[in-house]
Amino acid sequence: MLTVPNSWLARRDATAKLLAAALLTAAVLTSIDPLTSGLVAGVLVLVLPLTGVPLKVLLQRGWPILASAGGIFVFTVLLGAREGPVLAHVAGLDVRENAVGYALRLVAIGLPGFVVFATIDPTDLADSLIAHLRVPPRFAIGALAALRLVPLLIDEYRLLRLARRARGIAAGWNPLPLFFSTLFGLLVGAIRRGIRLATAMEARGFDREVLRTTARETHFGWSDASVVVAGLLLAAAVILVKFAHP
Amino acid sequence: MLLLGASGAGKSTLLAALAGLLDEGDQEGRVLIDGRPAREMRAETGIVFQDPQTQLIMSRAGDDVAFGLENRGVPRAEIWPRVDAALAAVGFPYGRARDTAALSGGEQQRLAIAGVIALRPGLLLLDEPTANLDPEGAQLVRTAIAKAMQDVDATMVLVEHRVDEALPLVDRTVVLGEDTDAVWTAGALLPSRRARSAPGEVLLTADALALRHTPQKIDVAVLQGQALAVQGPNGAGKSTLALLLGGLTRPTGGRVVASPALAGPDARRPPHRWPAARLARRIGSVFQNPEHQFVTSTVREELLLGGRSPAVVDDLLSRLRLDKLALANPYTLSGGEQRRLSVATALAAAPRLLILDEPTFGQDLRTWRELVELLADLRDEGRGLVLVTHDAQLVAAIGDERLVLPRC
Repeated sequence: MLTVPNSWLARRDATAKLLAAALLTAAVLTSIDPLTSGLVAGVLVLVLPLTGVPLKVLLQRGWPILASAGGIFVFTVLLGAREGPVLAHVAGLDVRENAVGYALRLVAIGLPGFVVFATIDPTDLADSLIAHLRVPPRFAIGALAALRLVPLLIDEYRLLRLARRARGIAAGWNPLPLFFSTLFGLLVGAIRRGIRLATAMEARGFDREVLRTTARETHFGWSDASVVVAGLLLAAAVILVKFAHP
Repeated sequence: MLLLGASGAGKSTLLAALAGLLDEGDQEGRVLIDGRPAREMRAETGIVFQDPQTQLIMSRAGDDVAFGLENRGVPRAEIWPRVDAALAAVGFPYGRARDTAALSGGEQQRLAIAGVIALRPGLLLLDEPTANLDPEGAQLVRTAIAKAMQDVDATMVLVEHRVDEALPLVDRTVVLGEDTDAVWTAGALLPSRRARSAPGEVLLTADALALRHTPQKIDVAVLQGQALAVQGPNGAGKSTLALLLGGLTRPTGGRVVASPALAGPDARRPPHRWPAARLARRIGSVFQNPEHQFVTSTVREELLLGGRSPAVVDDLLSRLRLDKLALANPYTLSGGEQRRLSVATALAAAPRLLILDEPTFGQDLRTWRELVELLADLRDEGRGLVLVTHDAQLVAAIGDERLVLPRC
């Protein structure tokens, strides 16, 4: 599980952050030129101190995004369409605008979601969704409780694999039968756990018709609104740049 | 009140009925609380289950205690004082923001009790609340129960297998069902089966073996015809050690060395590198949860998987009293039957070394006695046994050597 930093952005309302990230991602999706994508990626790196996510953590956890972006860059240089302005010559190859554009675009699409989820505590998200978006508590709290069981499932899968080895069962030339038998065991265990958790929640009155109160306050103030406004402004800037540089 | 009974006598079902959690179809007759059906009185009852991991709902301790209060519509201003009072009542040692996943089993169970007593139930139901815990954690939970019962004016029904520790908490004991031979009673006469002959050759050695998360290095030898008991608190690395000795995981430091007596020519390689089929013929591992090891759809097929002849399998079935269940699905067996089957599956490949993780966990007195006799017979046949266990009575009955892992 990710640990949530105690930063300015981490203290802002979860719904506001989701909304800002969604606006920004939608705007980046409409454009492919390197300038707008670079703008978004650059601004996000500049505001990184506000998010409290250390650059090291960003690189450690966000490496799949960077690796994919690198892959896209290399393959577009090698195999991409030979059109558009050439930005540089490297080792006898033309690096064109499209290669830089695709790579930066992936980073610009991935980064807002990554930063937002790294600064959202799941409990705060559920509270905020219930308070501001009127998501039914049965769904939000239920999903939250189920999320807590995910690490247990990972552990369980490992134990099931070891238990099969102890029984003398190895994958052999075809790993699929072993995989499905392990998956079946995992499913049986997951259903049992799910039922036990549901019973425990029912026993504490989660199924009641009584109007549920919330113990934690969810406050949506000016600073939370400013996150949405910042997302909106950056998204607008992306679209403006796109039309200014067709 | 302490509620006792054999495995399958219906103790947990009765508690669920009292808590109003049973479906109409599963119930005959009526359960009345203060003259009204239990289902309508759910706001007056609170229940704590055996498994701490599946009854904590929220990721912060305070939020978890508040969960039930939120569901009952308690105003926010009233919630937090009641949360703090409940946490104090069970002696919870951390603040509200403590991550529930970082708690030990005993702490999680105390938190679960706090979540229930915050609701101020008139009837408190506890379904083996200490079964999953080490002796120290179990003692803390019992202290928490005693303390909480002083503070609240409530009736308590407690289900426990082991009576000795539970008796000080109750005024009255009720035994469910006729099968009283299977019920643990205070000072029950237990078999004692120490090894009668000296142990034989070395089968397996741990050589400066490192356990995850602990600085300690383990040096131990497992001998033929000897039962080695591995004890220690939760989190000390007992199960990790069982997996390492069983050749199931690769050591992060130190070595596991099999002797030629155990492994023949394979002794040159560490057990974790043996092919699975050869491993199973030499070292049998029995996991804490029997269901982890079931891979087929009938009891008989489970044993045939070991590669032995049908005659040997039938012999094994009758020896472990599973012959009548030969065609049953392993997942449908009772806890005691599943445990016997998981020992049988390990025996089916005829290994000379058996490693068992909590073999007597949650068993009634009859199954416990059977397991002790079975394990002692296996040991006396010349097999090596490693018993990872919290069960002091099991160690007293058949443990020949003890390895105690310290708290890390």
